[in-house]
Amino acid sequence: MMLSKGLKRKREEEEEGKEALAVDTWWLDPGHPAVAQAPPAVASSSLFDLSVLKLHHSLRQSEPDLRHLVLVVNTLRRIQASMAPTAALPPVPSPPTAPGIADNLLASSDAALSASMASLLEDLSHIEGLSQAPQPLVDEGPPGRPTGGAPPSLGALDLLGPATGCLLDDGLEGLFEDIDTSMYDSELWAPASEGHKSSPEDGPGKEEAPELDEAELDYLMDVLVGTQALERPPGPGR
Amino acid sequence: MIPGIGAFTWDTLWCFSQVKGTMETGTTEADIISTVEFNHTGELLATGDKGGRVVIFQREQESKNQVHRRGEYNVYSTFQSHEPEFDYLKSLEIEEKINKIRWLPQQNAAYFLLSTNDKTVKLWKVSERDKRPEGYNLKDEEGRLRDPATITTLRVPVLRPMDLMVEATPRRVFANAHTYHINSISVNSDYETYMSADDLRINLWNFEITNQSFNIVDIKPANMEELTEVITAAEFHPHHCNTFVYSSSKGTIRLCDMRASALCDRHTKFFEEPEDPSNRSFFSEIISSISDVKFSHSGRYIMTRDYLTVKVWDLNMENRPIETYQVHDYLRSKLCSLYENDCIFDKFECVWNGSDSVIMTGSYNNFFRMFDRNTKRDVTLEASRENSKPRAILKPRKVCVGGKRRKDEISVDSLDFSKKILHTAWHPSENIIAVAATNNLYIFQDKVN
Repeated sequence: MMLSKGLKRKREEEEEGKEALAVDTWWLDPGHPAVAQAPPAVASSSLFDLSVLKLHHSLRQSEPDLRHLVLVVNTLRRIQASMAPTAALPPVPSPPTAPGIADNLLASSDAALSASMASLLEDLSHIEGLSQAPQPLVDEGPPGRPTGGAPPSLGALDLLGPATGCLLDDGLEGLFEDIDTSMYDSELWAPASEGHKSSPEDGPGKEEAPELDEAELDYLMDVLVGTQALERPPGPGR
Repeated sequence: MIPGIGAFTWDTLWCFSQVKGTMETGTTEADIISTVEFNHTGELLATGDKGGRVVIFQREQESKNQVHRRGEYNVYSTFQSHEPEFDYLKSLEIEEKINKIRWLPQQNAAYFLLSTNDKTVKLWKVSERDKRPEGYNLKDEEGRLRDPATITTLRVPVLRPMDLMVEATPRRVFANAHTYHINSISVNSDYETYMSADDLRINLWNFEITNQSFNIVDIKPANMEELTEVITAAEFHPHHCNTFVYSSSKGTIRLCDMRASALCDRHTKFFEEPEDPSNRSFFSEIISSISDVKFSHSGRYIMTRDYLTVKVWDLNMENRPIETYQVHDYLRSKLCSLYENDCIFDKFECVWNGSDSVIMTGSYNNFFRMFDRNTKRDVTLEASRENSKPRAILKPRKVCVGGKRRKDEISVDSLDFSKKILHTAWHPSENIIAVAATNNLYIFQDKVN
């Protein structure tokens, strides 16, 4: 087994990634299409996930290695362009189109990862905004040469897509993990009538949303926003 | 030629000469060597490390009494070139690691070199002091002022010999000109200017002026979202002070002429090899990223290093290299694994010998490779403590790629990827090489027949 003994680096996230991939030794199998000499038509989702993880790790550095970042982003685009679109999404447009990439990313990657990358996006925008400040002093370009006025957001940020969109569309499960579930008694939800699971941890996923009525949705939103007091709400009318 | 040594006969036999550095297995990260460079005569050899230190070795004068110790290199000067800094505005620590050292040609008794970390270039003067003035009228020998009333005679101070002292002083600090990480510095053949290159920009400096530099290349897009390529290395032509090259992460080299315009965003020549469709993979771009570019001493060729190969280009032919050498092609089927552990991003350097007939570059497992451009022969050697007996001849190494492994071969899966030779240097006129293996510096010489 070929593993690097490697110099020590900050690899907390990559350690987790390594554990996740350790059992999946697809790359050691010479028969695997991703390893074969002939270029595979479609990359495995493991390679995609690995690249996303690398991008995540790279962006988390206080000062990302630009070369590493650009190479990972370009590789990710290449992989994503070759992956077959999922049935639920429209066909994948050419790689540079941001929404196409974002959709595919969300479809393939873990919802929790998307949520954390979305918050990363916010942090990074803030830092990038700061880094713009000293540039007028540093730039030695000839007069008239445009120095990007708006805070630079790397192409990688396009991959993450709009933050709010992915949270509400796909990230509800992750959100509910933090909420004290003891306030949800099974009496609150009428499992028999609606066919819901009684365990509130699952939360209403996207596919169950049509079965919630308005009152339940309102209650849900209030909890999310934090305005709902911790008391039993009026029973939902059914 | 001596038959029977390894699988390759080799006109030059390389012998172990010296090794510098600690033998302990637990390496302090600060001691990891990050750059190696001979000066223009080969008399001095400088190393920089991750801790921001520079160590300069000087070659001993050869003496008749000790012919076999043909010019050993001993420590001449050690100094702290760069310290860790903190950028308060961005809340970032700036590493003190020395990325590159470049010597200036010697013009007087003192030696001058440029050393750089990610953000700041410094010009250091290294000079000797072996005499001391004695007999001051107003000061005593310890430097204290004497009471003027006690001075009754006038005397002329005389210079008396003292123990040799080598001192390094920072003469210039070139700061605040790079937003991104500096990867290269190169002294111009006019000896008045030099350039520094970061991921997106190249600046031209005059040695005498530290508060301004000229930006000569800028590939930063107006919208950073469009960034797809960075500058990876840059170098001035050895003779034509108006010409320089820079390489990119997409495997291209651009040659620029500063006479054409002040801002050299438009290249004079563009070197790129078309992609081989049979070798295309998701990692094609990463492995094509050029990690080093070097002009030949003659100035007629450039050599580039990417992840798996070394290529020699004729300046007059832009559409493909004239020579391609496989450094460790057995890694081509392992790219997925090397991507996962980040080794695919390692940046190897490459060097010419003095006559431009042999090129050398490093690999993993503390192996390094030499390619003879005339005979087309190549050899793999190893820098290790086991081969470190004085004047021991280095045995060629071989990597077994499959099938039956012979007795002295090593299989690909046994290679140690944490032992990488990224930095090497070749004496400008003799067959003496310096190889940096993590925190150790190996010096090898050819066998004196």
